Amino acid sequence: MMLMKRRDFLKVGAAAGAMASLYGCAGGGKAGGHVVVVGGGYGGATVAKYLRMWSEGGVQVTLIERNPTFISCPISNLVIGGMKTMEDITVSYDGLKNTWGVRVVQDEVTAVNPEKRSISLKSGGSMSYDRLVLSPGVDFMFDQIPGLNNAAAQSKILHAWKAGAQTVALRQQLVAMKDGGTYAIAIPKAPYRCPPGPYERASLVADYFKHNKPKSKVVILDANEDVTSKKGLFKKAWKDLYGGILEYRNNSEVKDVDVASNTAILEFDKFKADVLNVIPPQRAGAIAAQSGLKLINGRWVDVNWLSMESNSTPGIHVLGDAVFPAPTMPKSGHMANQHGKLAAAAILNLLAGEAPNPQPVVMNTCYSFVDAKNVIHVASVHQYDPATKAPQPVKGAGGISAARNELEAKAAMGWAKNIWADMLA
Amino acid sequence: MKPFAPIAALCLLAFASTSQAADPSLGRNLAATCSNCHGTNGNAVKGSGMDALAGMEKTKILQKLADFRSGDKPASIMHQISKGYTEAQLDLIAGYFAAQK
Repeated sequence: MMLMKRRDFLKVGAAAGAMASLYGCAGGGKAGGHVVVVGGGYGGATVAKYLRMWSEGGVQVTLIERNPTFISCPISNLVIGGMKTMEDITVSYDGLKNTWGVRVVQDEVTAVNPEKRSISLKSGGSMSYDRLVLSPGVDFMFDQIPGLNNAAAQSKILHAWKAGAQTVALRQQLVAMKDGGTYAIAIPKAPYRCPPGPYERASLVADYFKHNKPKSKVVILDANEDVTSKKGLFKKAWKDLYGGILEYRNNSEVKDVDVASNTAILEFDKFKADVLNVIPPQRAGAIAAQSGLKLINGRWVDVNWLSMESNSTPGIHVLGDAVFPAPTMPKSGHMANQHGKLAAAAILNLLAGEAPNPQPVVMNTCYSFVDAKNVIHVASVHQYDPATKAPQPVKGAGGISAARNELEAKAAMGWAKNIWADMLA
Repeated sequence: MKPFAPIAALCLLAFASTSQAADPSLGRNLAATCSNCHGTNGNAVKGSGMDALAGMEKTKILQKLADFRSGDKPASIMHQISKGYTEAQLDLIAGYFAAQK
């Protein structure tokens, strides 16, 4: 479906608005107004496209994103392992602009004024909105790891937990490392972005070492009591594939680092690595707190699960990793995409003066590579429960792979192609 | 206001029927939960290996889903996902995809 160009959709919006008031019961297709979306990742890109598609061009959408292109976190561990390139995980915003008529602005939001319903931009100027969607992802709590709390340290001890320049830099560190060296990855306490992601990364680095630097080691320093996702499948893969290469240490929270010696400092122990990859604790992207939204535990945004609207601040919806999760709901790109669709449907109802759908459903699928060819999944379906006012996982549904397998490696890449198109094409 | 009478009647119908049908966009919203893998409106990316559901007969989609749920059709993941939806929801999803091009 092609949508009309931007200059046309203002007048259509006005006409649609008139129709909505005449008809009274009009659905999402009759909504009008201006929605500003902040952040063009899995959540933000999806809500932008679906607002335009489902309103048939009746709602004007502006997407503000600081990066010129979308770079995917999912699949980026294959770049770090040397199996894929950055080109493979990069997608243009042209589809959103040209096919869907989203106004894509490369900029940053510096302030939000919920009373005036306006935002300020880093480049200067401001913009008003009828509804605002924040999809800011996570920011790192570097203050929890004092030695990392400066730019020089952060350019040496990488997180590579936002895909982009750090993905490339971590790959370069691994390529430059001598055979016989040690790569250590530090995992923060849950909740953090992409629960199985660190274990997938450790597996793919171990696969790279096995074939290219066989004297080298991978050590996982996990702040959690045990592997937080697909535990049995990961542990079996490590035993079967990486005996003598990969070592897993639980209850090993990194409290600080010594940057000069590349050493992780734990409560009672220290660990020196040749390549030290520290994923710091995380919280909602800074713009959430700057906007004055209510956070839970000072970290994650409290939302109404019927609309993804902030429970403290009317008119502002929040998606994806920045949200305080519902029970067993992972912080994943797939889930952020689902949040985006839930929010798009709710916003169109709200703009048309109607209540949001009272029975939303979201679901998650997450594929992890344990080596270049074998994949394991976890899936879940979450139905809204009026009693707890939150989506709850459906008992008896969802689950994990029976065993690692090559068929799901194809499914994983098929998933990536389809979800990127679902967001951006 | 005569020309608008049928629409007013539709409005009343929408509000009067069961809660499942309270939001006329329910089928659309439910089907969108599938499109991460099966493509927007069921139009899967060509060559991606995922079933394109757009325009597939409703009965065929429902039979596939029933077979996933019963275990009659072997699957890597759909046997787990299909059990997360009620039969009424699957009916709405299949109807939506069948109506797509």
